[in-house]
Amino acid sequence: MTTQEILSNLFCSFMGTVGFAIMYNVPSKYYIGCGVTGMAGWIMFLIVNAQNYMTSAVASFFGAFVVVLMSRILSVRMKCPITIFLISGIFPLVPGVGIYNTVYYIVTNQLTQAALKGIESFKIAFAIVMGIVIVVSIPRDVFHKVYYWFAAGKD
Amino acid sequence: MEIEKIENKKMTESESFTQSDSNVKQVVDFALEAGRILLKNGGEIFRVEETITRICQHFGVEHVDIFTLSHGIFVSAENEKGDVYTRVKHIPLSGAHLGIVAEVNELSRQIAEGKVTIAEAKEYLAKIDHTPPSRARAQVLGAGMGAACFGFLMGATLSESFVTFFIGCFVYLWVLLAKRCHLSKIIINIVGGIFITLCAIVTRQIFPSVLLRLDGMIIGAIMPLIPGMAFTNAIRDIADSDFLSGTVRMMDALMVFVYIAVGVGIVLITYNNITGGFIL
Repeated sequence: MTTQEILSNLFCSFMGTVGFAIMYNVPSKYYIGCGVTGMAGWIMFLIVNAQNYMTSAVASFFGAFVVVLMSRILSVRMKCPITIFLISGIFPLVPGVGIYNTVYYIVTNQLTQAALKGIESFKIAFAIVMGIVIVVSIPRDVFHKVYYWFAAGKD
Repeated sequence: MEIEKIENKKMTESESFTQSDSNVKQVVDFALEAGRILLKNGGEIFRVEETITRICQHFGVEHVDIFTLSHGIFVSAENEKGDVYTRVKHIPLSGAHLGIVAEVNELSRQIAEGKVTIAEAKEYLAKIDHTPPSRARAQVLGAGMGAACFGFLMGATLSESFVTFFIGCFVYLWVLLAKRCHLSKIIINIVGGIFITLCAIVTRQIFPSVLLRLDGMIIGAIMPLIPGMAFTNAIRDIADSDFLSGTVRMMDALMVFVYIAVGVGIVLITYNNITGGFIL
């Protein structure tokens, strides 16, 4: 990847997430947090997906993992519901291409391709689900303790 | 004298009884209202239950049972005398306003810290509930921006993203209009899908000299329609073992996906047949 590509990816994931945060009526003081969450998830996705060693489902899993982790950290830090960061931050990982291609191949009657793409997007969706479930299941008290322990260590 | 005393005692007793009685009613009504606003604007099940419990316990209603579904809340509270007060509230599945969720959360935090009385809290809650979604213009622009940026991330070119911005804006304008007219989700999403695909095809016909791929434009433009909130909340409810609500919300999200696909598919198949299958 060239530097320009990396920069445009960073910019677009940030701005896109902020756009959707505006769409969902998030208060303006959280915009930057939302943007950073979406950007972090997308960077993780790109890193894992970079050399095609991993499938995009695995990359989506790690992306979702980072998104939820970021939103939990930010929600403790800014004292607000995690939903605010999570919902807009997860959007860059949504398998829009997969859904479109599935419909496209069904419409043009290439059913084998449609099944391939459909199952692939289902895999990605399931990977995102797993990423969310794992981080959300950490109990809140444990999370708070670890967070404050780290925060105290920094100061 | 004696009789008067006894009567006085009776009076105070009955007064205190009615007071605690009305207190339970007042607190439960208030807590239920807070829960309704949270659930309506996209709060999770556990947050609704936690908020109601927190409010009730802080204002002195100790025994309270809550059963929350994705579209209904059942609250039953008991005072010291064993009188039970129960309310049921139906809340239709509806749109998202994360700002309101944040405000109610803040209010419940303040109540738990003991900073507000119940009268103040009631007033504040009514104010929160009536915040109009006045930022429609910003929302439309945000939808367009999100659509264009995500389209670019998914591999669209710059010129395609530019077109996607406008399509995204128009689609969200349609969604807002349709919601104001209380159209059903089926119509909103199918017409939205049709509209996106038509716009993409028309733009490509108008500017034949610019290389515009249909998929590059459509993939970005369907993003504002995708039910990200229903999907995420469904997963979180299931992760919290609220399987019933999680399933209902997941069904809601999946149906919206299907509606969008139907809308896009109808136009693509018609276009494909008209042009004899060469262009797609």
